Amino acid sequence: MDTKQTTSMDEFLKGLWKENPVFVQVLGMCPTLAVTNSVINSVVMGIATTFVLVMSNFFVSLFRKLIPKQVRIASYIMIIATFVTVAEYIIQAVSLEVHKSLGAFISLIVVNCIILGRAEAFASKNTIGKSVMDALGMGAGFTFALLSLGVVRELLGNGTFAGIPVFGKGFEPWTIMILPGGAFFVLGAWLLFFNYLKQRAEKKEKVLV
Amino acid sequence: MSSTPQMPIPQEKEVTSTRMILTMAAIGLLAGFLIVFTYRTTLPIIEKNRQEYLERAIFEVLPDATTKKVFIVTPDGKLEPTTDIHTKAPKVYAGYNAEGKLVGIALEARGQGFQDVISLIYGYDPYKQAIIGMKVLESKETPGLGSKIETDPEFLANFKALDVTITPEGKIVHPIELVKKGKKTHDWQIEAITGATISSRAVTNILRKSTEKALPIILKNLEVLENSGTATSKTTG
Repeated sequence: MDTKQTTSMDEFLKGLWKENPVFVQVLGMCPTLAVTNSVINSVVMGIATTFVLVMSNFFVSLFRKLIPKQVRIASYIMIIATFVTVAEYIIQAVSLEVHKSLGAFISLIVVNCIILGRAEAFASKNTIGKSVMDALGMGAGFTFALLSLGVVRELLGNGTFAGIPVFGKGFEPWTIMILPGGAFFVLGAWLLFFNYLKQRAEKKEKVLV
Repeated sequence: MSSTPQMPIPQEKEVTSTRMILTMAAIGLLAGFLIVFTYRTTLPIIEKNRQEYLERAIFEVLPDATTKKVFIVTPDGKLEPTTDIHTKAPKVYAGYNAEGKLVGIALEARGQGFQDVISLIYGYDPYKQAIIGMKVLESKETPGLGSKIETDPEFLANFKALDVTITPEGKIVHPIELVKKGKKTHDWQIEAITGATISSRAVTNILRKSTEKALPIILKNLEVLENSGTATSKTTG
């Protein structure tokens, strides 16, 4: 029992850090670049993607022995699309304004390769419990990555944090940061930073060995 | 991926077409149920949100109004009161103050923006013959640039008293026009946002077209609107 718990926790943690979908696997670039122009957008996108990930991983894992190999991708896409549609209605019901600012990107969660990737690479081969933990971890990692970009971009590009002005009146917004170009700059900087951390950790390990 | 434990892949079996079709059909059926269920559950909430949003916008563009009445434009150019909020006919929202006096009319308008359709609502005061407020309801303009048409206070100040005086023949004396920032000299001009000229022009065009079409109808039917107000300060909506 004890060992099983640690493995579930590992499944969760690997998505957050060691196999972070954005910073390590470099997956799901479309929403990462497109919707991270504000903190609120990043959070909602992260939560919506996590919801779809958990639900699709759960059902893919549940049906993994029933779905014939030949039609598995089509089946996964159907499951994913269903929950994206559900998520879209829920977001509309919760807040019309948030739905407006995310626009088409909610429907585009369908083609986020993190979700299909986890369904194919993990949920189709593992138990329900592990699959859900994996989805939660990947979702949390994705949300963390979106936030890392969203906070920097909103702060520099608009001078606000989640809509609250941070700097004084004299601050001239760095508009490029909330435009598509800024997304590439910030993502590049974060990738550089995370790779630097990784390299440093590897070097240390070598020295120890 | 060596860290992820994997179960052995079961030995390949012959799968019949029937089984594949049945699996897909079963998943499709479940998916259908789930989507329709969510749609049914969330629809009333979503409609309520939309209605509230519109309601708030109406009173925002008609600051003096306390109650409103909805009218539809009939095909022969008349205004008729309606209670059906789902009607497809063009709608006119008349705003009244506590004494039941008409204080303005809110109109919806839409047109092409920089990226997608912009839809907006504006308040019209038939006595001042001017637009007294404007709010963008929906737009997908460039964030940080074109999206300023929704938030920029200097741009929105253009719509506090925008002259749309109309001749008895139903022609607007000075059609609304766009000028560069700092070049506004007349009451019928809108100052563009620097860096968002196309979005500013889109708003200008939407307003110009809508006022040219709708204002003559409103002025022709002004009596209908004036006489529909009820002097109750208690009821709203």
